[in-house]
Amino acid sequence: MTGDGRATHTGALTARTGCLTARPAGRHALLVELPDAERTAAFHAEVLRRRAAGSLPPVAEIVPGARTVLLDGVPDPQALARRIAGWEVPPVADDTGDVVEIPVRYDGPDLADVAALWGVAPEEVGARHGAYTYRVAFCGFAPGFGYLTGLPPRLHVSRRATPRTRVPAGAVALAGPYSAVYPRATPGGWQLIGTMPDPRPLWDPGRERAALLTPGTRVRFVTADGARTAGSANAAAATVGTGPEAGA
Amino acid sequence: MTAKLTTVRSGALTTVQDAGRPGHAHLGVPRSGALDAPAMRLANRLLGNAVDAAVLETTLTGCALRPDQDVTAVVGGAPCPVTVDGRPAAWGAPVRVPAGSVLDVGAATAGVRSYVAVAGGIAAEPVLGSRSTDLLSGLGPEPLRDGEVVAVGTPAGPVPTPVAAPWPAPPAELVLPVRPGPRADWFTPAALRTFTSAAYRVSPHSNRIGLRTEGPPLERATAGELPSEGMVLGAVQVPPDGRPVLFLHDHPTTGGYPVVAVVPEPALAAAAQAAAGTPVHFTLA
Repeated sequence: MTGDGRATHTGALTARTGCLTARPAGRHALLVELPDAERTAAFHAEVLRRRAAGSLPPVAEIVPGARTVLLDGVPDPQALARRIAGWEVPPVADDTGDVVEIPVRYDGPDLADVAALWGVAPEEVGARHGAYTYRVAFCGFAPGFGYLTGLPPRLHVSRRATPRTRVPAGAVALAGPYSAVYPRATPGGWQLIGTMPDPRPLWDPGRERAALLTPGTRVRFVTADGARTAGSANAAAATVGTGPEAGA
Repeated sequence: MTAKLTTVRSGALTTVQDAGRPGHAHLGVPRSGALDAPAMRLANRLLGNAVDAAVLETTLTGCALRPDQDVTAVVGGAPCPVTVDGRPAAWGAPVRVPAGSVLDVGAATAGVRSYVAVAGGIAAEPVLGSRSTDLLSGLGPEPLRDGEVVAVGTPAGPVPTPVAAPWPAPPAELVLPVRPGPRADWFTPAALRTFTSAAYRVSPHSNRIGLRTEGPPLERATAGELPSEGMVLGAVQVPPDGRPVLFLHDHPTTGGYPVVAVVPEPALAAAAQAAAGTPVHFTLA
């Protein structure tokens, strides 16, 4: 990385401030690296805007990551890197993009553990988790699996020490800075706090927009009808009071 | 009525493949598609099919199929014995398979993946525009099972006059040109020298997701975890054990291990045909 990532007086960041590094990834791809998730989201949005406006050279794949945007299938990556260096990239406004509501029953098997790490009662996990608006930072792991940012750092939890061999479809899960909903049953190591009762909308390749959660989409978790199961209430008794010092 | 093929013997792993489903990597959907794409295209061309019509991709042990109508097929890619009802038939050229006869695609005598193209193409249900089986995420048709029936499409026209077709031999030694990056700086200079000078071998744990190698581990200069980032086809990723993994068509779209270098796509067909134990050399392109 070069430069200081300095923001202009408007808060807008430009590639010229040096906050962007374009790394070659073979003959036909650039991996553009940014200093943080916010500027990655802003750069990704700018790439999509320019493609929609027809001012981006041909790109076969635009794949955001945690701190990067991969531009793959580019005829001349070096020329594109030079162009990108001159872009003005405005920050992403919090209120832009589609909002998808995900109904959740907060009944996951790790609800009590997460409640302990957060220092709240298990019944309060849903209210905390549902208090934020999330954004799909990137997808991966499985088709339609979105990595959602938006949880404040004090609520970040680590993965389980031992991954589960099977996490059911619809599981609402936490790991590090991310929240996610498993579109289908797979092995997985995330902490499971709840269930989306009908996960089928998450991934439907027969639909024009196959994935419900695409990069840039904003997400809210809302309590599903009939939520707050007896299971979560029982789990509460076992772990309330272990306190916020327990981890994370 | 179009023809149907009954799977008499599915072999170790036989999948439907075409040109795959590019353009969906941002949704977590792998590229997929025939690993030896030139072999798929040549087999299709010999039949007058569209070059990326769906074919069957076998793995080491071939497969056997019985059509319910007369069909014309080409078996190419990895060389193997081909028989129709036990009688030797041509490899790498159109073969007439009468209704009820068994086309047997034998075990590869070299290489890994043979391709069975049928005039009209394999007519599996497309998913996101492709009929390819994606073994990482489970899109597309399941791998073939014994007894399974596979539909064939309508041939576009008569099979063209046979021509001499150049089928490249599977590599006795796999030489992979690489361009360093995007994360070459995560490795020590000594590791980068080792990478492009040491003798590696194709690991038996290779699959459609990646060609794994055995050989000297690459030492990292940077500790810690790489935040997940997009991965290109041909990326050489280095997991914690230090042994380079060359990403093939069913590779994950994002990953958290550093990519030391990238192999250009045209070099991947040979990688698809490099059997376990084949020597591998990464050379600076």
